[in-house]
Amino acid sequence: MPSSILGRRYRDGDTIVRQGEKGEHMYVIQMGQVEVVEEVGDKEVRLSVLGDGDIFGEMALFDHQARSATVRALGEVRVLTVDKRTLMRRLQEDPSFALRLIQRMASRIRELNTEVARLKAASM
Amino acid sequence: MIYSGLKDTTTSNHASPGEWVARSCHRRRAGRVPFSYFLLETAARLDTGIVVDVFEPRDFSKLGPSGCNMCGGIVSESLVQILATEGINLPRAVYKRGVDSYVLHMDVGRAFIDTPLHEKRIVSVHRGGGPMGSKPSAWRSFDGFLQALAMAKGARLVQERVESLAWKDGRPEVKTKNGRCESYDLLVGAVGINTSALRLFESMGFGYKAPRATKTHICEFQLGKENVEKHLGSSIHVFLLNLPRLEFAALIPKGDYATLCLMGQEIDADLVKTFLQHPEVRECLPPDAGGLKPCCQCYPKMNVGEAVQPFADRVVLIGDSGVSRLYKDGIGAAYRTAKAAALTSILEGISADAFRQKYWPTCRKIATDNGFGHAVFAATRQIQRRRRAHHALLGVVAAERRNCRARTMSTALWDTFTGSAPYREVFMRTLRPGLGMRMLWQLILGRKGTVASAE
Repeated sequence: MPSSILGRRYRDGDTIVRQGEKGEHMYVIQMGQVEVVEEVGDKEVRLSVLGDGDIFGEMALFDHQARSATVRALGEVRVLTVDKRTLMRRLQEDPSFALRLIQRMASRIRELNTEVARLKAASM
Repeated sequence: MIYSGLKDTTTSNHASPGEWVARSCHRRRAGRVPFSYFLLETAARLDTGIVVDVFEPRDFSKLGPSGCNMCGGIVSESLVQILATEGINLPRAVYKRGVDSYVLHMDVGRAFIDTPLHEKRIVSVHRGGGPMGSKPSAWRSFDGFLQALAMAKGARLVQERVESLAWKDGRPEVKTKNGRCESYDLLVGAVGINTSALRLFESMGFGYKAPRATKTHICEFQLGKENVEKHLGSSIHVFLLNLPRLEFAALIPKGDYATLCLMGQEIDADLVKTFLQHPEVRECLPPDAGGLKPCCQCYPKMNVGEAVQPFADRVVLIGDSGVSRLYKDGIGAAYRTAKAAALTSILEGISADAFRQKYWPTCRKIATDNGFGHAVFAATRQIQRRRRAHHALLGVVAAERRNCRARTMSTALWDTFTGSAPYREVFMRTLRPGLGMRMLWQLILGRKGTVASAE
């Protein structure tokens, strides 16, 4: 059985989302992995690695700010683009549609809290 | 497919959402797969135990009509995105092909319309195990996949045919052909338009009347993977031909097969034959396809109106048996109505009032949008009948493609044939003055004998 052919194919190192750009779409990984990196000064800090079924790029759709991080393909990856319009239309009809996104964001906040606590503990 | 519940204490249909949820840990319901999935998922979020029986006599792994829900098998661009966001990513084994473009065929030529993002976001699926005579393979049925999702959430499959529906002590009672008889707290009908089960709901006496339907034709041609790739590629081919009674037709690539769907008024074998002999259709099939016989075919009905009163106390009908989108995205409409009914029954209650206030607006929205759909298809019918209008339409699409200008016509056609946007949006877009001017200009060019092709 061949692997997923849904969405768009990106090759290793391709940039899918660039930090600072305006966000018009959200993304769902169909196959493969991506890395999320944030540019701090002239350095790049890897924030996380995402895989099959993970969602990214949703923050810019909700807070109307520029992309907070760059997302790059790690090896070959297939990513499905979700249009802002499709998302908003569906949210308007069925607010429960946002539950999974809220769940995802909540889980990220938990991870960040743990990370902040770990860093604070290390600096004490 | 039907839903059911336990024969326990409560008889009131007007329980508040709180009471209903509190009691539902003792209850069982019967319903359709997407409904069951969303019902069980929402119940789990609220830590509420619900028992769901799914009555489905069909085995979706079977080949041919016996394992099939008889539809074109397209999961629309918007539904693929919505499902992925919901966490339902279609496995590769479920879809036969990713689609990234449409080719619009008319009597005077064709236009290639690709997805705005140049991305494969539409998929073609087989609802059952595959066409008659196909070899067992690793491919899976789309409906079988959805059924497995619901089962994984805890729904119980009852592979029996429902023989009658009745009321017992104010609750719906389900009786199967094998003699199983049980009453339920909530009964959900998602029975499709092609089964006699609709009459069972009409006989329950709450005023339900099945939607209006028209006959369509669906058949499968075994062309072989190479031929499908060569002649159809990853495009769905839509035909707007000037043939009496034909609204439109589509040829859909699916692995080794191509599915042909004809929609219009009372499609019959003569119209199918005339259609297949049309030069524009012949060009999409291999040269030796003249004597090609379909390996699987059916003349299913298609919903072209909404049902009357598709709900009552403790009963709700969803999908095709309630309301569906005109000609397009029936699976998407089933998803929307299933989810609205599931959320209503968990959060608002299972009374007729609850369904009227919280479920019916979703159905009305689809039905109202279908009104615009009728207007859009009336306009395409006018274009179909006028050769010069064919030239003008293709000319506008070709110009948009050539000049990379605002793709108003291309996106309107894309959204019409993919079902990606509501018909209202498509209709409003076609009213833009600039588009009218460009059509007029192309009509003038057409008079001078210019032939436009968008390919």
